[in-house]
Amino acid sequence: MKKDLLGIADLSPEEIYQILDTAEAMREIGERPIKKVPTLRGKTIVNLFYEPSTRTRTSFEIAEKRLSADTLNIAVATSSVLKGETLADTAMNIEAMAPDMIVLRHASSGACHLLSRICRSRIINAGDGMHEHPTQALLDAFTIRQHNQYIDRLKVAIVGDLLHSRVLRSNVLLLTKLGADVWLSGPPTLMPPGIERVGVHVTTSVDEAVADADVIMMLRIQQERMQGSFFPSLREYFNVFGMTAERVRRAKPGVIIMHPGPINRGVEIASEVADGPYSVILEQVANGVAVRMAVLYLLAGGVEEGD
Amino acid sequence: MPSRLLKGARVVDPANGRNGEFDVLIENGRIARVGKDLPAEGSSVVELPRGLIICPGLIDMHVHLREPGQEHKETVATGTAAAVAGGFTAVACMPNTSPVNDNAGVTGYILRKAADASLARVYPIGAVSRGQLGEQLADIAELREAGCVAITDDGRPVATALLMRRALEYAGMFNMAVIEHCEDQTLKGDGVAHEGFQASTLGLRGIPGVAESIMALRDISLAELTGGAVHIAHMSARQSLDAVRYGKARGARVTCEVTPHHFVLTDEMLGAPVPYDTNVKMNPPLRDAADRDAMLQGLADGSVDVIATDHAPHHYDEKQVEFDHAPFGITGLETALSLCFDRLVHPGIVSMSRLIELLAVNPARILHVPGGSLSAGAPADITILAPDLPVTVSAARMRSKSKNTPFDGWQLRGGVAATIVDGRTVYLNDEFASSRI
Repeated sequence: MKKDLLGIADLSPEEIYQILDTAEAMREIGERPIKKVPTLRGKTIVNLFYEPSTRTRTSFEIAEKRLSADTLNIAVATSSVLKGETLADTAMNIEAMAPDMIVLRHASSGACHLLSRICRSRIINAGDGMHEHPTQALLDAFTIRQHNQYIDRLKVAIVGDLLHSRVLRSNVLLLTKLGADVWLSGPPTLMPPGIERVGVHVTTSVDEAVADADVIMMLRIQQERMQGSFFPSLREYFNVFGMTAERVRRAKPGVIIMHPGPINRGVEIASEVADGPYSVILEQVANGVAVRMAVLYLLAGGVEEGD
Repeated sequence: MPSRLLKGARVVDPANGRNGEFDVLIENGRIARVGKDLPAEGSSVVELPRGLIICPGLIDMHVHLREPGQEHKETVATGTAAAVAGGFTAVACMPNTSPVNDNAGVTGYILRKAADASLARVYPIGAVSRGQLGEQLADIAELREAGCVAITDDGRPVATALLMRRALEYAGMFNMAVIEHCEDQTLKGDGVAHEGFQASTLGLRGIPGVAESIMALRDISLAELTGGAVHIAHMSARQSLDAVRYGKARGARVTCEVTPHHFVLTDEMLGAPVPYDTNVKMNPPLRDAADRDAMLQGLADGSVDVIATDHAPHHYDEKQVEFDHAPFGITGLETALSLCFDRLVHPGIVSMSRLIELLAVNPARILHVPGGSLSAGAPADITILAPDLPVTVSAARMRSKSKNTPFDGWQLRGGVAATIVDGRTVYLNDEFASSRI
């Protein structure tokens, strides 16, 4: 693997499969009575989070601890960011204390690339603006693979706020790299212009996207998007684009329904769907730990080999 | 200063219909004569190296000198040093300083700094509105009296059609152009890059090309209504070029400029070679290949009047941040001419004489300032060009106080040999140090 994990864009299909295969082994560690191995003993990992995050930060921290790394969390509210320090200065100060890896979550696209240019430490992108969230796409692929033998034969429908979603961008890159048939659906106001050039189908008809899909991935709708006139009301959004029980009844038998969380019940997804038999939302969360352990392990392995 | 007779170069002076080998005699800071085989008659003869071109001093009608108020980015002294190194004998500077150039005090301050530096001529451009707030007209007669040559709220479009109408009417009284940074602010929103495939995949908020052309069309319509002259600054979108062609066909007084970066680069620079390089963040943004090609077409067919740099220096601290947070703009004074040679003249897109129209004749005409020709009696503002000089762009060696250029390390063919203002050599390229220009 490269020095950093900045995005799925930098990964080959072989590297993606290597991470998914490694995650299978990592998942087993989480099922042991003592959920800890010494793999990353003596490694220091800084989780630098400029945006609030429960799931991703917790998931990374558990993954790091299960691999025996020394971890520390820097969250925006307690850091010197409030005193006006730039991201580059914060990063260089952390660098001066010689960590091995920095896991960065930031509201600006490309923030990880900036760190990558100025840091020796390995950078893992835990979500940068609207750009990428590579470990989310990897855990989604891992989850899909648990339910389907091959990813390259699947129809995957992704529905929701495509424009503002880093999960969407990482998933589109990963799924198209692995040969899946990807359909995107959402209001035209929330579609990234030109995205079809990546090699995906784009439709405003959720029913067309969902028909015969093996996987339905719902994306979160930020409630404040109404202020930007992206759609008229949450009620109308749910009626036109929401994953209702009725839509799920018409879907392919055995379909799995995914969501990166946090979910808005009754906005993009009905509660009975989120809590229903096809939902794999909590499996995704569980798999996140294994996939992040795999990423940390593979990146650190490069360090040990002298790089 | 003794008179000097420049010999051995091709003279390109489209205003006087000259394009061939002529001698140029400079006396008392003025052009005394241009002709074949002029006698030395006591003047010192400068035999120029083969292959050089003498042309009227280049005029960059769109630069940000940052003084007063942002001297950490640039000063009038460093900015004019960059100008003459780039072959420009004159620059017109934008009013978005701190405080804004909306009164005679600021205009006078800039002109005093320019006189102190004594390098390039500086033509201040005043604000359209007080504080560039888009509410109340600035004291335009006072600005003109103090030395402003045009008005603009550059960086901030004139938000309402009504104020733009009034500005065109009022400035028309002094025959001053209103220069507009065309951009519908509601369509721009918090955009940072051209709306399209590149911005979509990189997760950057987009600014569509029509955010520019909508306002260009508005202003052209108002120019037609009022008879005023509007100049579209740093045009980037193919739709805006269509608007300009439409306006010109109808006889509206509209002119426009294009920057080198908009006819050389595209939004593919956002992702490679350096992803999210803040030195490719400017406003208007780098657009796609169809827009870039349209700008080249407009330069070739005469629809575009001027090449201007929008020289926008920023300190490296300000650019060493997240792409979203970096200020818009790049420097341009010291790269423009080499880019013009390499991308326009050598590939045959524009002729040498057309290039001089774009860089000297038309800026002088639009701003109603001296220059743009080598007529006898005119101030000896002369640029000596080296069309085949191999140039490697080096940000570190630039005269500008700021180094925010995406062209660092580029290898280009064509550059500046010397820059002469008022008959005085204010810049001589080291490559020609032995030529006594």
